[in-house]
Amino acid sequence: MLRIIRTSLRTGRVTEAYPAESTARYYRGRPKIDPARCDFTAACAASCPSRAITISQKEDGGQRWQMDLARCVFCGLCAEACPNGAITVTGEFELATHSRDDLIVGVTRAPAAVMSRTPSPPPVAAGDSRNDRPDIKDGCNKLSNRLRSLLKRSLHIRHMAAGSDNSCDWEIAHLLNPVYDVQRLGIDFVASPRHADLLLVTGAVTRNLEIALYATYQAMPSPRLVVAVGDEACGGGVLQGSYAVAGGVDRCLPVDVYVPGDPPRPQAIIQGLLIALDRLEPRVRRVEMVGRPTAPAPR
Amino acid sequence: MLVAEAARDAEIDTLKEEVYRSLLAPESAENVNLKVTLGRLAEACTAVNRHLGAPLATMVGLDDRERTGKYRLIYVFSAGRRWVSVETEIDPTNPRFPSVTPGLPAAHWYEREVQDMLGLIPDGHPDPRRLVLHDDWPEGVFPLRKDFDPSGPVPRVDGYKHRFHHLHGEGIVEIPVGPIHAGVIEPGHFRFAAVGEVVLHLEARLFYSHRGIEKLAEGKRFDHVLQIAERICGACSLSHAVAYSQAIESIAGTVIPQRAAILRTFYLELERLYNHIGDLGNICAGVGFAVGASQGGRLKEEMMRLNERLTGNRFLRGVCSIGGVRLNPSTEVVRDAANTLHKIEAEFRNFVDLLMGTEPFLDRLTGTGVVSYQAARDLGAVGVAARASGVDCDARRDHPHAGYGALQIAVPVRTSGDVHARALVRVDESLISFALARELLSSLPSGPLAVEVRELPTYETAIGVTESPRGENVHWVRTGKNGSIDRYRIRSASYCNWPVVALAVPGNMVPDFPLINKSFELCYSCLDR
Repeated sequence: MLRIIRTSLRTGRVTEAYPAESTARYYRGRPKIDPARCDFTAACAASCPSRAITISQKEDGGQRWQMDLARCVFCGLCAEACPNGAITVTGEFELATHSRDDLIVGVTRAPAAVMSRTPSPPPVAAGDSRNDRPDIKDGCNKLSNRLRSLLKRSLHIRHMAAGSDNSCDWEIAHLLNPVYDVQRLGIDFVASPRHADLLLVTGAVTRNLEIALYATYQAMPSPRLVVAVGDEACGGGVLQGSYAVAGGVDRCLPVDVYVPGDPPRPQAIIQGLLIALDRLEPRVRRVEMVGRPTAPAPR
Repeated sequence: MLVAEAARDAEIDTLKEEVYRSLLAPESAENVNLKVTLGRLAEACTAVNRHLGAPLATMVGLDDRERTGKYRLIYVFSAGRRWVSVETEIDPTNPRFPSVTPGLPAAHWYEREVQDMLGLIPDGHPDPRRLVLHDDWPEGVFPLRKDFDPSGPVPRVDGYKHRFHHLHGEGIVEIPVGPIHAGVIEPGHFRFAAVGEVVLHLEARLFYSHRGIEKLAEGKRFDHVLQIAERICGACSLSHAVAYSQAIESIAGTVIPQRAAILRTFYLELERLYNHIGDLGNICAGVGFAVGASQGGRLKEEMMRLNERLTGNRFLRGVCSIGGVRLNPSTEVVRDAANTLHKIEAEFRNFVDLLMGTEPFLDRLTGTGVVSYQAARDLGAVGVAARASGVDCDARRDHPHAGYGALQIAVPVRTSGDVHARALVRVDESLISFALARELLSSLPSGPLAVEVRELPTYETAIGVTESPRGENVHWVRTGKNGSIDRYRIRSASYCNWPVVALAVPGNMVPDFPLINKSFELCYSCLDR
């Protein structure tokens, strides 16, 4: 007993005060593009293992470079592949947001002859996600607002691994260690979905768990929130195209907050939870940039 | 015995010669490939297993109909430092083979998986139920056949019903648990048959996290598959990435630079350390010892922050590349790593003193969840689970990879086979790993980080092996055309050890299951793929 007390006293307080303070100097986070250096050679798109970067030809002869951070696995290979050094990896990790659209970064360039000042309307990114259906999304928002006002300082979470690679689940488990200690924020995990306000889902939703995911969601009392944690839950990650996965949580349930990352750091998950409760504002917004014009063809 | 039998049968002359040669030259470094007819398959496998004392390392089913018009099965055994493969062909008009399982229990899951994924039926298998595919998967659709179209949706159908084993008798109750559990863990379904508190029988239904990774890799470029290999599992990210890279490098005939080999080894030891320390903390959580759980969690966090400082990722992702490593740690970071490891080691020793000085904690561990030596051997257990039951195995020593060949690897073995032994093996190994990490950091050579691998020969196979924190991972790879992957078989440590968990539980209390499970700390995602 004395040994236990001595150990506890010697250790002292180790809990950190995120979001008041954060540590991420070395994290391999969000890749950033410099539109002035991008020459649309597609080396980055070819190197991307999760098809997060796409380059498309536009009807007017121009080109569009697009990165979907919901699909990004933060490997940094695009930055290595770019011959012009247009992509740099930053330590930015607070990428949680309400809409997949916020996670799009686009660079558009007009054809050489006609230089347009404004980029054309961007293509829709999210595919056939449930969030595209306005009826579901609106109803969900109303409930979410009510939930937020009622439960801003007290949130009960049911975690569900819907076929993840367990990295996100480990990071969620770490939220309960003495360093992150989410209970200090009024957030706790519960054993039954019937006691939960929020469903914290990891993984691209495997075929063998899809029905269990629905059942868990159905068992939760309304109003309820859904947060997708990690690249696989947000956009399928490297598993896109497999026969055994749905390819993201929003293919199955309406998602209130996306937390990109492979896996997101524990602090990024806390940020996502606080955004779900309206206690923090998302830091990411959709970015549309104009690229360097195509070099005129040599005469 | 086999040799004498083989002499009677001209049909397996090659088998006789090969086995004889390999028996005579146990120190030979060369891998052996035995081609046998279907009728001789079981005999050859049990002979290699018994005569060479070689455990089954993996089994691969291949749809080779395009090239040879046949299916192919390859049973790979680990004989000393060599691989002995027993290979047979199956005619597509009659896709059946005699099961090897009755003479080689370790083959039981592999053969069920081949039945699910390729439609090859193991005749005489004692338990031919579905394993990977769940009840609503349609009959006659086999994902690993080359003519399976992965892009289209596979319909959910009624028809198949998984039969659990039921125990009948007065007072026996059946307790179903999962696939979604009360804590923050991965999905699996467990059926306990219990009388009062005591478990009589446990059956696990797993593969809820099956993501079709082996099929996903087929046809993809070899460097993209590395990114998939790294994401098979979180806790074993690096050991999977290194195992895959080594298989590709051996196909390409590439020797990685010395600095890369040492860095890989160093990072593999970091992976072992953060997992072992975290696992010891989780064992404390399993018995409700909150101070121990907090200390374990805190030390694991320190290790994961070191991972992030060194590599930009807390799970050491992005370290490995085909041909070497990607990230070059600066001298400043290397110094930081040495200091941090020194500090954490001292704190870890205090943590261990705390655990080993707390009698009520030890009382819960001792005699709980016992796995016998025989069970561990027969089921082919690996890693901590095997070493705690007296099986002396460690891929770092038995199949030297990365930079382990130049190191003296001590392999701690305990014999009591209970939760206590598994905890002690982790303690011993962590202390050895701290010393190894220190040694590797001080001997870090300068030089290039990687050599480029541009092209791969077609239809070449190789095996990559690593010792992950859970045990030996075996990756079997065959290349396809234009630098693509034709077949990728991933056998993780958890694949071998999950069946052992089911044997460790009967005789214990139901509430001790989480503790026993945590003492193995197996990955569902490694297994389910």
